[in-house]
Amino acid sequence: MIALEKRPEPSRAFSYLTPVLAVIATFFFGGLLFAALGKDPVTSILTIFWEPLFGEFSFYYRPQLLIKGAPLVLIAIGLSLGFKAGIWNIGAEGQYIMGALFGAGAGLAFYPSENVLIFPFMVLAGAFGGWLWAMIPAFLKVKFGTNEILVSLMLVYVAEQFLASMSLGLLKNPEGFGFPGSRNLQQYASAHNAEIIAGSGMHWGVVAALIAVIFAYVLLARHRLGFAVRVTGEAPRAARFAGVNPNRLILFCLGTSGLLAGLAGLFEVSGPAGQVSIDFNVGYGFTAIIVAFLGRLHPIGIVLAGLLMALTYIGGDIAQSQLGLPAAAIQVFQGMLLFFLLALDMFTNYRLRFGRSEAA
Amino acid sequence: MTPLLSLKGLTKAYPGVVANDDVSLEINPGEVHSLLGENGAGKSTLVKMIYGLVKPDHGEMKMNGVAYAPSEPRAARGSGVGMVFQHFSLFDALSVAENIALGMENAPKLTALSEQIRKVSDTYGLPLAPDRIVGDLSAGERQRVEIIRCLLQEPKLLIMDEPTSVLTPQEVDILFQTLRKLSAEGTAILYISHKLEEIRSLCDSATILRLGKVVGTCVPRETTAREMAEMMVGKVLGTPTRAGVTLGEIVLEVSALSLPSPSAFGMPLREVSIQLRKGEILGVGGVAGNGQDELLAALSGELLSPAGSIKMRNEDIGHLGPNARRAIGLLAAPEERLGHAAAPDMSLTENAMLTGAARQNLERNGFLNWPAARGFAEKIIEAFDVRTPGPGNAARSLSGGNLQKFVIGREVLQRPDVLVVNQPTWGVDASAAAAIRQSLLDLAGKGAAVIVISQDLDELMEISDHFAALNEGRLSEPCSTDGLSVEQIGLMMGGAHGMEVAHV
Repeated sequence: MIALEKRPEPSRAFSYLTPVLAVIATFFFGGLLFAALGKDPVTSILTIFWEPLFGEFSFYYRPQLLIKGAPLVLIAIGLSLGFKAGIWNIGAEGQYIMGALFGAGAGLAFYPSENVLIFPFMVLAGAFGGWLWAMIPAFLKVKFGTNEILVSLMLVYVAEQFLASMSLGLLKNPEGFGFPGSRNLQQYASAHNAEIIAGSGMHWGVVAALIAVIFAYVLLARHRLGFAVRVTGEAPRAARFAGVNPNRLILFCLGTSGLLAGLAGLFEVSGPAGQVSIDFNVGYGFTAIIVAFLGRLHPIGIVLAGLLMALTYIGGDIAQSQLGLPAAAIQVFQGMLLFFLLALDMFTNYRLRFGRSEAA
Repeated sequence: MTPLLSLKGLTKAYPGVVANDDVSLEINPGEVHSLLGENGAGKSTLVKMIYGLVKPDHGEMKMNGVAYAPSEPRAARGSGVGMVFQHFSLFDALSVAENIALGMENAPKLTALSEQIRKVSDTYGLPLAPDRIVGDLSAGERQRVEIIRCLLQEPKLLIMDEPTSVLTPQEVDILFQTLRKLSAEGTAILYISHKLEEIRSLCDSATILRLGKVVGTCVPRETTAREMAEMMVGKVLGTPTRAGVTLGEIVLEVSALSLPSPSAFGMPLREVSIQLRKGEILGVGGVAGNGQDELLAALSGELLSPAGSIKMRNEDIGHLGPNARRAIGLLAAPEERLGHAAAPDMSLTENAMLTGAARQNLERNGFLNWPAARGFAEKIIEAFDVRTPGPGNAARSLSGGNLQKFVIGREVLQRPDVLVVNQPTWGVDASAAAAIRQSLLDLAGKGAAVIVISQDLDELMEISDHFAALNEGRLSEPCSTDGLSVEQIGLMMGGAHGMEVAHV
């Protein structure tokens, strides 16, 4: 009989090994899925993972990796702090939208005057917008003990309504021939989040993501606040005993993740997306949850996971257009990754034992 | 006479440890048989095998001469074995009768069951109203619910696991009268305890386990407690010693502190007053759940108190959190080792950081000095003889006794002015317990004041200068431990908690 047995302490080797095993398992079962859809599994996997990096058009796809990866990493870093402490912000998508709206609004308010201070001001406004949206579930949790998972998730839909209302109303381009959507910020030099090195995909959001990664790394490894985050996640009572104020920690974790999600929204709307539109959000806030877990809630892991997820997005698009794979199959493929990760994660704390059976 | 239950050569091994090694014993009908041993000696594993919770690897069990191998507790109950666990499995929000019905196969209607409960409780002198809500019952009354639950099945063998650890001395007397009556009617009782005087007054025979092996049997009435203890531990026991101390000025003063409990079925503190002097050890006794956790939380700073109710060296500290209190020398070690005093999955280094950051200079401007924390952890491991491969190991990989030594050592080495500990030797083997007690005595000898909250009265009598008891959140007037009788202690703990005495 096979039995699961708790390890005396978590296996370090396995905590590094599981993401790799999860990727391999996803290759295998994803391949089976593609085969069942009548596509050659090897070609499909290669199209998703090889084509964007080393294929014929990689000069176009490689910058996309940074453009898609940056918001994922930025949001996931913020989420990982909360997740480590057992504070579940599921509404990063909404905070991302509000950051974009606040940031774009702040920039467009100055249109058409040009000033170097406009973009920095937009960055502050975007961060504030995301922070504010995350403070709603934080405040309700601290004050009334509401569940932050539900409140933050519901606020995503409220934010989406705001987004629609803004692109049809207040922020609508007066010269846009009645089409929904704001002015294009790419054509407004003071508000444009342009590439720092042309053609590299490197915009200010990438820089912000890198700073966030370093910040989170130092915080978790060396700072009292990061230690408080970790102890709270491991043993809430021990954290209280160590003098951690749980309410302050909730405000900090939700606030930080909202702030970073807001920044991601701002950099996206003022750069790659260019304008506020009804379908501005494409799910970065939700995908970042996968990224955070795939990266083991570790800053460096999140960078790798963010790039990997960006790769599946870009490769998935190629596979859709070149091989005719349905979009849903790509989503299932991405879902598999999280599924296998969580399933294999058990082996960090448990091991299999083969042999004679064991009663209770 | 064929024995009711006979065990031959029972062996049970878990990965890395042999819990029971070739254990044999016999129990006759009506016999009160005691199973004696330290924590980890294998008592629990043995009774779990009898009750069908664990299957032995080798050996055989016979019930009335017939092979007996229960595959699950239901089968054991069917064969007439009942068990009262140390930790009750009752639902606070349900009534007594509902709780009992939940544990029965084919439970009768509640009215009929209530009638049965009344009858059994009258017969055995365990008065209990079937319609009362369990959440309102005292620990002694809850235990009655568990006992009656067993008695309704008319067991031939009743197993009791540490039944008196939650009772006052008066409640223990009532329980023993019931057990004697059961035994007189022919029910055998297997009684697990490490309280030797109780065993001497109640049991007909005793089997002593050490490290999973039977190391001896004796007739408790004819054996001294000290002899039994030495059989249990396997060596001659030293008694903790302390140099004569004179008490200094008052360092900690709690005056008429009342606090609501943070949890629903917790116990609020009611007008608790303490005056603690330098060099004093105050023992706080009481049945579990009478405000011990709340008292520790109020003193450690996990619960904040109204202005003026807690003063240290005449300064109001009621509004200070745990770290601010640590900074001025008030330290604490809670009862629950894993999850409260220490984070289970974190390393000992990280756990040293948990409470040591401020006083050990492990932190500067919010940045943590991990090498220094590692050094502190190594110092604790060395000074308190904590058995572990090193400070990088997770707290949960340590045995209870070793982790407890680490937790106490972590606070003692920070040279507190006042140390508050809750159940410092709970679930700890005798030699570790002696080391912990000695360290508390040494600490007081150097002029610190110590509050020891414990349910082990022997421990409190052994180390404390003054004794007070918590009962329903109230703390009795502390009195000197010299010449304090068990009767007086029992009354301070609330006597029989209004429980009626058995009419046997």
